Amino acid sequence: MARNKEALVLLLDVGPSMHGVLQEVENICSTLVHKKLVYNRSDEIGVVLFGTKETSNELAKELGGYKHVVVARDIKVVDEETTNALQNLPRGTSPGDFLDAIVVGLDMLIRKFGNIKGKQRMCLVTDAQHPLRDPPQGTKKDQVDTIADQMKRHEIKMDCIIFRESGVRHNAVMDENDQLLYHFRERSVTKVVHVDSPTSLLGALRTRNVLPVTVFRGDLEVSSSFKIKVWVYKKTSEEKFPTLKKYSDKAPASDKFASHEVKVDYEYKSVLEPDTVVPPDQRIKGYLYGPQVVPISSAEWEAVKFKPEKGVKLLGFTDRSSISRHYFMKDVFSFVPEPGNTKAVAAVSALARAMSEMNKVAILRCVWRQGQGNVALGVLTPNISSAKNVLDSFYFNILPFAEDIREFQFRSFSSLPSSSQPTKEQQEAADNLVKMLDLAPPGREEILKPDFTPNPMLERFYRYLDLKSKQPDANVPPLDKCLKKITEPDPDVIDYQAPLIKKLGNVFELKENPKKKKARTQDRLTYTGADDQAKLLEEPSAEKVGVSEALYPPKKKAGEIGDHNPVQDFEAMLTQRSSSTWVQTAIEEMQKYITALIQDSCDRDNHQKALECLVALRKACIIEQEPNEYNGFVTKLCQKFRPAGDKIFLQLLSSKKASLISKEEAPDSDVTEEMARNFCLKPEPSSQ
Amino acid sequence: MDLDPEGLFRDDSDEDDDNVQEREANKEMVVYLIDASPKMFTPATKADEKEETHFHTIVNCITHALKTQIIGRSYDEVAICFFNTKEKKNLQELAGVYVYNVTEREPLDRPDARLIKEFSCIEDSFMSNIGSRYGITSGSRENTLYNALWVAQALLRKGSVKTVSKRIVIFTNEDDPFGGLTGAVKTDMIRTTIQRARDAQDLGLSIELLPLSRPDEEFNMSLFYADLIGLEGDEIVDYLPSSGEKLEDMTNQLKKRMMKKRKVKTLAFAITNDVCIEVNTYALIRSTTPGAITWLDSISNLPLKAERSFICNDTGALIQDPQKRFQVYNDKIVKFSTRELSDVKRVSSHHLRLLGFKPLDYLKDYHNLRPSTFIYPSDEQIFGSTRVFVALHSSMRRLGRFALAFYGNPTRPQLVALIAQEEVTSAGGQIEPPGIHMIYLPYSDDVRYPEEVHLTSDDAPRATDEQIKKASNLLRRIDLKNFSVCQFSNPALQRHYGILEALALGEDEMPDVKDETLPDEEGLARPVVVKAVEEFKASVYGENYDQEEAEAAAAKAGASKKRKALTDAAAEKSAAHNWAELADTGKLKDMTVVDLKSYLSAHGLPVSGKKEALVSRILTHLGK
Repeated sequence: MARNKEALVLLLDVGPSMHGVLQEVENICSTLVHKKLVYNRSDEIGVVLFGTKETSNELAKELGGYKHVVVARDIKVVDEETTNALQNLPRGTSPGDFLDAIVVGLDMLIRKFGNIKGKQRMCLVTDAQHPLRDPPQGTKKDQVDTIADQMKRHEIKMDCIIFRESGVRHNAVMDENDQLLYHFRERSVTKVVHVDSPTSLLGALRTRNVLPVTVFRGDLEVSSSFKIKVWVYKKTSEEKFPTLKKYSDKAPASDKFASHEVKVDYEYKSVLEPDTVVPPDQRIKGYLYGPQVVPISSAEWEAVKFKPEKGVKLLGFTDRSSISRHYFMKDVFSFVPEPGNTKAVAAVSALARAMSEMNKVAILRCVWRQGQGNVALGVLTPNISSAKNVLDSFYFNILPFAEDIREFQFRSFSSLPSSSQPTKEQQEAADNLVKMLDLAPPGREEILKPDFTPNPMLERFYRYLDLKSKQPDANVPPLDKCLKKITEPDPDVIDYQAPLIKKLGNVFELKENPKKKKARTQDRLTYTGADDQAKLLEEPSAEKVGVSEALYPPKKKAGEIGDHNPVQDFEAMLTQRSSSTWVQTAIEEMQKYITALIQDSCDRDNHQKALECLVALRKACIIEQEPNEYNGFVTKLCQKFRPAGDKIFLQLLSSKKASLISKEEAPDSDVTEEMARNFCLKPEPSSQ
Repeated sequence: MDLDPEGLFRDDSDEDDDNVQEREANKEMVVYLIDASPKMFTPATKADEKEETHFHTIVNCITHALKTQIIGRSYDEVAICFFNTKEKKNLQELAGVYVYNVTEREPLDRPDARLIKEFSCIEDSFMSNIGSRYGITSGSRENTLYNALWVAQALLRKGSVKTVSKRIVIFTNEDDPFGGLTGAVKTDMIRTTIQRARDAQDLGLSIELLPLSRPDEEFNMSLFYADLIGLEGDEIVDYLPSSGEKLEDMTNQLKKRMMKKRKVKTLAFAITNDVCIEVNTYALIRSTTPGAITWLDSISNLPLKAERSFICNDTGALIQDPQKRFQVYNDKIVKFSTRELSDVKRVSSHHLRLLGFKPLDYLKDYHNLRPSTFIYPSDEQIFGSTRVFVALHSSMRRLGRFALAFYGNPTRPQLVALIAQEEVTSAGGQIEPPGIHMIYLPYSDDVRYPEEVHLTSDDAPRATDEQIKKASNLLRRIDLKNFSVCQFSNPALQRHYGILEALALGEDEMPDVKDETLPDEEGLARPVVVKAVEEFKASVYGENYDQEEAEAAAAKAGASKKRKALTDAAAEKSAAHNWAELADTGKLKDMTVVDLKSYLSAHGLPVSGKKEALVSRILTHLGK
């Protein structure tokens, strides 16, 4: 099998007690398949359902027994059928026996691959609530031993996801089942996780296989004479939104093999000769130093640049409290002892445990690769393993350098005016909120634990991708119920705590600032999604009525330039200046008005008025740094009215000093003073 | 423009769109107005042997600020202007005001290498070139402070207030500039000066004061400057830095206050359905990377313009910016419009939505992806926001909890942890500002389990108590006293800008930048440390570790001996053929792969690839 190719058998419990979450099981398994269709096209998947009414598997046929286990799909390369097999899972009627299912899954893998070793994995989703069938001989534990030995021999791994809703009371049967699954963990490479909400069920199954790659293998140098062999991996790494390719529709529809891809081509052109392309060997890099550009060739740069030696060195230990959490800069690394090196394992374990006991952390300086151009400075924190078969290790977080910190000063809360200090009653309401909206209530699994929370955006994307492959014009599906619990508080909790929340709303008074009526506030403060917009039209909820009015004040009608007092109207428009487009609008309005004035009549009264407007416009354009706006307008005006013999106006123009705006007055202008002075005296080219 | 083409400073996760936007959106122009009266040149502290003057402190601070600026925000423009000088140099020809500048630079411009270089040693020549004197005296009608403000305002005329934030920063240790005057002259001068300041403020310029006080006489804001910059009531107390016990602390305070706060965004923070407050976000910690590079014509050294064009892969036709994107899924092409994609990404209708609270220890060390963002409340659009924020902040601190919230950023909607930060101050000013840090949390698919990669079913060995004890001893010995997070400067960045500065100034000598991040070899060589290390080593590795290692190394050498023998055999084998002749007659392709490989390994060439590759490699090696 190829290096990163995987064969996976899903063992899904569809017994009666699982019916409530089968939708989520379908969803998460589908996402897994969708991602495989994008990233791992050659992976193979088999699906086994247990707790079904029917029985259909090879073992049952050959040996009998293994009832209520159905092989829904043999191990085959992923395709569209796989997704279909995972849609509308049958609602089973008998309590599921996961040991039977594991044996069937194991048997499928062994039959298919025999002794070929490769990545083989089983994934069990069950609630493990029901008593298992007693084995014909020995205890259940012996049976687990036998199965685990087989798994070990064939290097088959297993992930178990045990789903039990938070309300379910623990009983002896569950304990026994849990113990059996834990026994798997001790005897074979198995991982067991418990989840108690549909949302975390969605996050519990790893939907994408990433081959772990080391960032560094070598010595952790405590001192020049004492080194510990470690391997460094990424512990967290953001799964990105897939980079979609640009689509070209140029290929003829008849071309079945068209790639529809778009190539992006960069050409570098000289400023002096915009038509010639400068070939790569004639280009040189210029580094910016303030306004200066310093040209350096790559070879020169290579000779002088910073070249640290590869290696991971300890600087020392310090108290944990001296490093605040918010200084962690990037994704996290994990330091594990070199596999198979018992001495390194002991050294890492001893250091980690000592650090954890003394509440200390280590500061390291890391250069992962030879030739790397920078160093990473960071903090090593212990990761004491809680599972018996997992080694102790370290986490490593990058810390900022002095240049990376911006020391902004903020007003101390204690010196805020009393109008910004909460009263005793308000403080109490806030305290209650913090106490009651508890996401880690005793006796429950942590709610929205990052390790079990799926990415709602990606979940939705892959679902949409699959949908679109079948219906090209499908709309974006709304976020489903479980995913919504990630982006919004759980409605059940909110209902339950309604009085408390209402209290909080009552004791604090929030008011919109009347002076800041920004037209764009709405855009800036909320994103309204497609589905939300629809909702907004239908039912203005409490929130929309309460706060939204404060947030999005109704748009005030834009001022207009009236005949009565145009200059004042114009200035009023300018002073509103709620957005940059406002100024533009005001200037345009004024220009229209002036043009209309001159065009409409020729009597001096109007000319006078037009001139006043022009002077106002000119002033505004200087203040607003829009000289070209004015210059262009006046030039056009002159071109328009000069042939008509409207000389009087032009004379007035120069007498009132309403000529072009020169560079001296506004730096953005490209008119010199002389040009401005001569503007009105320019002889007529055509009419005379 | 091409940002950091080698990707030296970028790693896979670095895409700080905040940063770029921030840089483009709010450019800043600032005029530093420095009092140069003789009072600034009297030693600041009497007790100190080094007689440092306030003037010296300010020069240091501004140099530091300029250096930081050229690395981080080289788009901003700066002017430096002294007042109370003997000489005058300004467009308005006003007495007692000297606008400092270097050649090839506008008075208000981006800082360049020469400015920093020359300004940092201005003290040597200040007295002879510019000179110092008391500007406002009872005899003359001159008002140098008024003049200085006038010059500063004129300098800041360019650029629109809409897009540029403009500041005047006054450095002085004289709290009563008109103290030497009496009667109508005094009131008149005070009135006109304050009017001048008001006018500037009306034009959108902000005036800030960085007062310097001495231990024995505190800077009294209420005498004059409170009116000048328009402070009222208890704001004055807040404004004044706690008078510097040490000059060093004051320098630190000045450095911090010279930086202008820049907000990244204003967000609506929905705490419950009907309590939604307004907060501003700030990027206090972001990786600083070397600036952008531009491509130049190697002959003329003129910048090149990059032109991008889209070409259809199937037909070769030129396309205007393509609107549709596609993903190959199940061997089918699935098309998306940009509108559909942005709809997919929009999973939340709020900026920031509170979900609940958790105890602080639920936030693990590996729950991190990107640098955190700082949140501070604002009452600008919604009155009462600060009050809610302060109440929540104090509840979270007291109950030891962090808030979990959903940050609906359209490019990457994410779960975030909100940690309340208490204010931390020292004599050097504020160390940690009060507010909330927003930490970006990973999703389940972002977390990996490398510690489980080499999982076996056996029990993992753990350190014994004895080993842990020895490790604790080691920890105690190699202790970094007073470690603070940002005490090291980035050696790569310092070197980068050091080289650029040298080249920009045309110096031949490349600067030697000290790498502060190297371990303290001297400290590690102290006998107590060495002993602790050796004891721990012996307890985890066994007594004879070094010897065993040496043996293992020797065994490895044995392995390399074996390898050498193989090469020799290959050489022998390859010598059996006349390769040059085979190549000339074109018979190489008739040889077996094994034979070809014998030649390659005899000559130390790589043996990978298909047969054709091997043949062509041999031909290249033979020079054919």
